[in-house]
Amino acid sequence: MSADLKNGRIVVVGASLAGLRAAEKLRDEGFTGSLTMVGEESQLPYDRPPLSKQVLLGRVRAEDTGLPRRREVGAQWKLGIRATGVDPIGKHLVLADGEQLPYDRLLIATGTRARPWPNPGEGALDGVFTLRTSDDAARLAERFDAGPRRVLVIGAGFTGSEIASACRERGLEVTVAERGPAPLVGALGGALGALAARLQLAHGVDLRCGVTVTALNGRNGRLTGAELSDGSRIEADVAVVALGAMRNTEWLAASGLAAGPRGLACDAGCRAFDMYGIVTDDVFVAGDVARFPHPLFEYQMLSLEHWGNAVEQAEVAAHNMVNPGPLRRPHLAVPAFWSSQFGLNIKSVGVPTFSDQVVIAQGSLEERRLVAVYGYRGRITAAVSVNRAKWLEHYQRLIETAAPFPPEPAAVDQPASSTPVPSDVPDPKLLSHGPTVALTGHQPDRRLTLMRWSG
Amino acid sequence: MAADTLYRRITDHANRADPYPLYAELREHGVARQEDGTYLVGTYHEIAELLHDPRISSDQRNRTNPDEFALGREGMPVSFIGLDDPEHDRLRRIAMRPFGPPHTPGRVDALTGEIAKVAEQLIDSFRDRDRIDLVDDFAYPLPVTVICRVLGVPREDEPRFHAWSQTIIDSFDPTPGTDPTERRRAGLDARSAMGEYLGDLADHRRGRQSDDLLTAFVNDPGPEGGFTREELMTTSVLLLIAGHETTVNLITNGMLTLLRHPEALDLLRREPALMPRAVEELLRYEPPVQLLPQRSPLTDVEVAGVTVPKGSPLILVLASGNRDPQRFHDPDRFDPTRQDNQHFGFGSGVHSCFGAPLARVEAQIALTELVRRLDAPRVVEDPPPYRRSPILRGPRHLLVEYGGTRP
Amino acid sequence: MKIVVDLNRCQGYAQCAFLAPQVFEMHGEEALRYTPLAPEDQSERVRRAAAACPVQAILVEEEAGPGVR
Repeated sequence: MSADLKNGRIVVVGASLAGLRAAEKLRDEGFTGSLTMVGEESQLPYDRPPLSKQVLLGRVRAEDTGLPRRREVGAQWKLGIRATGVDPIGKHLVLADGEQLPYDRLLIATGTRARPWPNPGEGALDGVFTLRTSDDAARLAERFDAGPRRVLVIGAGFTGSEIASACRERGLEVTVAERGPAPLVGALGGALGALAARLQLAHGVDLRCGVTVTALNGRNGRLTGAELSDGSRIEADVAVVALGAMRNTEWLAASGLAAGPRGLACDAGCRAFDMYGIVTDDVFVAGDVARFPHPLFEYQMLSLEHWGNAVEQAEVAAHNMVNPGPLRRPHLAVPAFWSSQFGLNIKSVGVPTFSDQVVIAQGSLEERRLVAVYGYRGRITAAVSVNRAKWLEHYQRLIETAAPFPPEPAAVDQPASSTPVPSDVPDPKLLSHGPTVALTGHQPDRRLTLMRWSG
Repeated sequence: MAADTLYRRITDHANRADPYPLYAELREHGVARQEDGTYLVGTYHEIAELLHDPRISSDQRNRTNPDEFALGREGMPVSFIGLDDPEHDRLRRIAMRPFGPPHTPGRVDALTGEIAKVAEQLIDSFRDRDRIDLVDDFAYPLPVTVICRVLGVPREDEPRFHAWSQTIIDSFDPTPGTDPTERRRAGLDARSAMGEYLGDLADHRRGRQSDDLLTAFVNDPGPEGGFTREELMTTSVLLLIAGHETTVNLITNGMLTLLRHPEALDLLRREPALMPRAVEELLRYEPPVQLLPQRSPLTDVEVAGVTVPKGSPLILVLASGNRDPQRFHDPDRFDPTRQDNQHFGFGSGVHSCFGAPLARVEAQIALTELVRRLDAPRVVEDPPPYRRSPILRGPRHLLVEYGGTRP
Repeated sequence: MKIVVDLNRCQGYAQCAFLAPQVFEMHGEEALRYTPLAPEDQSERVRRAAAACPVQAILVEEEAGPGVR
């Protein structure tokens, strides 16, 4: 087998955004061999961001978020079946029905799943939901259509906050319970967390921060409410568990690959590491399941649950799968994501949690139009805009060039006082919602991932 | 020739018909400092960075030597095009409320039928002729009729506001070396007169119902409060001028380009569905707004290795960026099917063109109808005579002969 | 027709919301919402919207025909 594989067999496991874009890119690169796409869900690749927005609002049916293709991929699709293992010596993927799919190159893009409610009995109550898949969204939207008296959202990360926003827009009463001090604080730190809290309250969300849900109550198998750690009780007929995501790596436990709860580790070229830290040459990783080093963040390993990362990393992986070593590319894209909630457009570049300070560089929290710039040890590492997206690419360039923090105090729409303050990114173990960006590197004082297997 | 005379040469009317070799020369030099301390930028990536750089102001007051005539005057201050956020953003938001999303999302889409009708009637009048001036007979009256309709300005007042508009645009003619004082004073007078005219029109709409912008500005100010009378005047002047002095060039430059590329014209006649992309290519290839003359940095800013000092005039030559081979494949080729086409036809960043969607729809309809209905059109004089302005560049007249019109 | 918008690229210029208001909608001043599966009678408007996007963020797949796999 030559290093620049244009023929032969490629198997992609994980048939969502990363898998699809990788398949398209493989064909763009001139790969003419056999391509097999394996997906646990039975649908063709679909887009997830609308699930917590348009779908929950009842404006779009969950089954109507299928991803458009950039081109034909000419693949064999094996959908609705799980992959259960990899034999790296025999070079085949094993499926749940025992079928073995031989490969010359394998791309692992199995993504994440919603972290379930830790008490399985309570989690099984009718009315308790998670939101990750199209089916999840369809069920939840149907329940919202029925007009529940109150929705309880457990966890105020991006997903939980967007669900709460959709509830309010539909006129549904909603309680949000978050163990941390504010919504979004795990991703954006203290200043914007405080803004998010004010926003939720202004939109009529019953926001409870600094509390945990200690029990979900039910009667006759149906959810009736919840008990909180502060002793209060909430009556609710729907609860959405938005505790973050778990990476789908368990199926790789016997593969010899460097797979664990933080993801599957790979190099900057998306090649998977084995458990000894030796890079493989035929197994590649992309999307939410990947854990990769990034030079802008001191080569710490990053795990990103970002739409854009899935696309960009898939393209790099696909390119590298079929090109010889010297032509391979690194995956160096600056992390970026967006969220829309309560009428605001929140966009981020860089890694806001990789920071010690933050400054409002343009606009103001009061106006709810601003750019916040994050710094770590004197250089700019992230920026977040709220309804100010048109400036963001400037700050992305500052991140890419490791520009000094704080940024020069000369900008249009600059606040009267722009003094950096601590960014107040809490330790994730203090939060209900898991981090959507996890730095899993070498800083013993910052434990930024949760290492908790659900019971 | 020396790069420090580039702006003089670009603004020289003798070069109006084909400024593109000068733009190529500008790109060769990267950032070109001019004799008078003005900085010209003509490369795509640098322009893109500057349009999104918050250290770059659009407000003359941030210049070391502000142009006093560009500051407006008492009672008639600058419009949002010459302001920075948050004022720029606030005024633009108020203006947007009756024009587009999120408050009035369907406005432009709902106008397409009326625009098509205007185009149809204008072309109907060509039936018994074999020669038209595309500018005077079509490309000017179409957008004027539309902007009058949108703003709520009586169409029959066109001679009045057109004279003001010409005086205002001439007053901003940046040709270095000419004495602008008289022109500038006349421009300010015309602006005040136009502002009073529009302000009076708006005053008479108070308490009335009509779906035009002037009526909406006075009757539906929105939750954060509407315009003051001064703001209404300056904003309405801006919209009226922009609405009828730019689209005319897009349509005329567009038709001239199609007449120069008969194979493209044939393609669009056969496949009118390609017109939206073709209009984007026209916006890249022959943009109606060639350059943005009024930026300046709030601090020393490094652009492609050159330090542009705080307060210097900084001119972004959009039309040059649109032809940058570092960004566009084969940039001097007109390709109506071009896919990768992130052009600066409407600028970019927070000041990107307010009326862009309207201009797009007008140009798409206008060109589709011209291409469809004129048989064997050809240019009589190429290059045609050009208008004076190097900023709003387009032919003053474009004589077109044709074999007949189709229904 | 299937649509996806790269909302990392999107900067809220709202051209799509002007040109195809039944498919693209602004939520507040800057956040875009859209219908990922647009009805066929909106095809022409969607094509115009995609062509007009100043940051080229809109991907459209015309027909889910036999080439779907």
